[in-house]
Amino acid sequence: MDNLELKKTANEVRKGIVTAVHSAKSGHPGGSLSAADIYTYLYFKEMNIDPKDPRKPDRDRFVLSKGHTAPGYYSTLANRGFFPVEDLTTLRHTGSYLQGHPNMNEIPGVDMSSGSLGQGISAAVGMALSAKLSNESYRVYTLLGDGEIQEGQVWEAAMFAGHRQLDNLVVIVDNNGLQIDGNIADVCSPYPIDKKFEAFNFNVINISGHDFEQIEAAFTQARQTKGKPTAIIAKTVKGKGVSYMENNAGWHGKAPNDEEYAIAMKDLEKAGEELCQK
Amino acid sequence: MSEVKMIATRQSYGNALAEYGAEYENLVVLDADLAGATQTGIFKKAFPERHIDCGIAECNMAGIAAGLATTGKIPFMSSFAMFAAGRAFEQVRNSIGYPHLNVKIGATHAGISVGEDGASHQCCEDVALMRTIPGMTVIVPSDDVEAKAAVKAAIEMEGPCYLRFGRLAVPVINDNDDYSFEIGKGIVLREGKEVALIASGLEVAETLSAAEKLAKDGIDAKVVNIHTIKPLDEELVIASAKETGKVVTIEEHSVIGGLGSAVCDVLSEKLPTKVLKIGVNDTFGESGPAKELIKKYGLDADSIYEKVKAFLS
Repeated sequence: MDNLELKKTANEVRKGIVTAVHSAKSGHPGGSLSAADIYTYLYFKEMNIDPKDPRKPDRDRFVLSKGHTAPGYYSTLANRGFFPVEDLTTLRHTGSYLQGHPNMNEIPGVDMSSGSLGQGISAAVGMALSAKLSNESYRVYTLLGDGEIQEGQVWEAAMFAGHRQLDNLVVIVDNNGLQIDGNIADVCSPYPIDKKFEAFNFNVINISGHDFEQIEAAFTQARQTKGKPTAIIAKTVKGKGVSYMENNAGWHGKAPNDEEYAIAMKDLEKAGEELCQK
Repeated sequence: MSEVKMIATRQSYGNALAEYGAEYENLVVLDADLAGATQTGIFKKAFPERHIDCGIAECNMAGIAAGLATTGKIPFMSSFAMFAAGRAFEQVRNSIGYPHLNVKIGATHAGISVGEDGASHQCCEDVALMRTIPGMTVIVPSDDVEAKAAVKAAIEMEGPCYLRFGRLAVPVINDNDDYSFEIGKGIVLREGKEVALIASGLEVAETLSAAEKLAKDGIDAKVVNIHTIKPLDEELVIASAKETGKVVTIEEHSVIGGLGSAVCDVLSEKLPTKVLKIGVNDTFGESGPAKELIKKYGLDADSIYEKVKAFLS
């Protein structure tokens, strides 16, 4: 898939995010939209996965440590063919398998339940360790929020991964700069993020999380790196793609009303049309 | 009188892991800088590549165990009860319990019999915490034989399991040839009609001694070993209550939320019965030799005897 196709796919993923959250009347659009390009790259280009065989033993694993951005995850999985895109409108509804936060026992393609911040990275480390113990070649990816890394457990996991030289592990930090209470730098600054991971013996790559060339280069470099886990610090825009949500902490965990939904879809339709003209 | 063999169940835990490690190649043991104390060091010696020291980071250890379990490993995460069930409670709940992963939690140094380390390390709340997690099996072995059997049963079952072990050497009481261990199946150690003494962990041996003393006074006590707190052997608890009309629970754990509460949960609904709960009475422990503390906190055979006598009169 070339970069134009990836962009078009990410735009479809964004539509699914907005539609799901609108239907649920709750949920987390901001951090889902900021990570949409990374989700898309992982599931449409990077990872060895098969929607027809979601649990094949040699698959690459993904753990959504920032579990609240499930709408982005679900929309990506649906667009990739793990389950029908139409089901996204059941998000957070009573009886739906699309729970507010990922449930590995209900959702095809989900490798680990998550939602409580700081915990997913440890599970990803456990998966990467397991591959090393059994000499298996699958790789493990985990996506964290930049607010999430305020959790101490993240650094326990990072210390272990660096110590064990888990070069089959890629930690991606979605650095959109905002958390519920505001700017991460104002709430309790985790900066410098790259230096912290470096100090824990990670190979660290800083990129724009919306530039597929940079995303591809980073994941390629991660594959080539031996003896160290990789941390990709992806600078992103929270709410990316929906005009009024961009860089607005208020859209961290809020659903658009009907009117707002219409504007959001119009933004994304327009972006899609522009991509088609390229 | 033949000499009674004494062994701490944490020792049994380490021995069992080392023994079953050969048979179960997927068995992986995690520790958090306590391999010497939890006795997983025995496993480490036999299978160094499958012993993972996570450093002093129990929450991360729980998550790593969860990740290992998703790939088909059978991880035993080991630490003191205080840290495995207490510090890492939320990780155990969300990363292990909610996805119902096949992680075994080997918690040693439970209860006040930790001794000299004192209250900060004497976890009397772990059974209460663990049994509230849906799908969590909770086992409190009473001696070496049972601890070893419990480890094997935990390996062979699918799903999360909490195993509670102690630091103090306790008498071997289950070395009879017809002993058999089944998760969720209590064991009647002594028949009696006047009162049912339902015990777990190291209190089973104390309760047996108390029952002997009661017998000398002409009091005929039934003694039941409930090694599995969850799922509880409800049938046996109800039958024992029906038979005797009076129930006493004995555990080295808070009287809130442990065996006593589990027994009362069942009886209050199915067969309301007067119950005396003997345990740690909603208080923290303190430093001191384990044996002295067990006596001070009213959990030795003499104290149990006195309390049962008062309860029956």
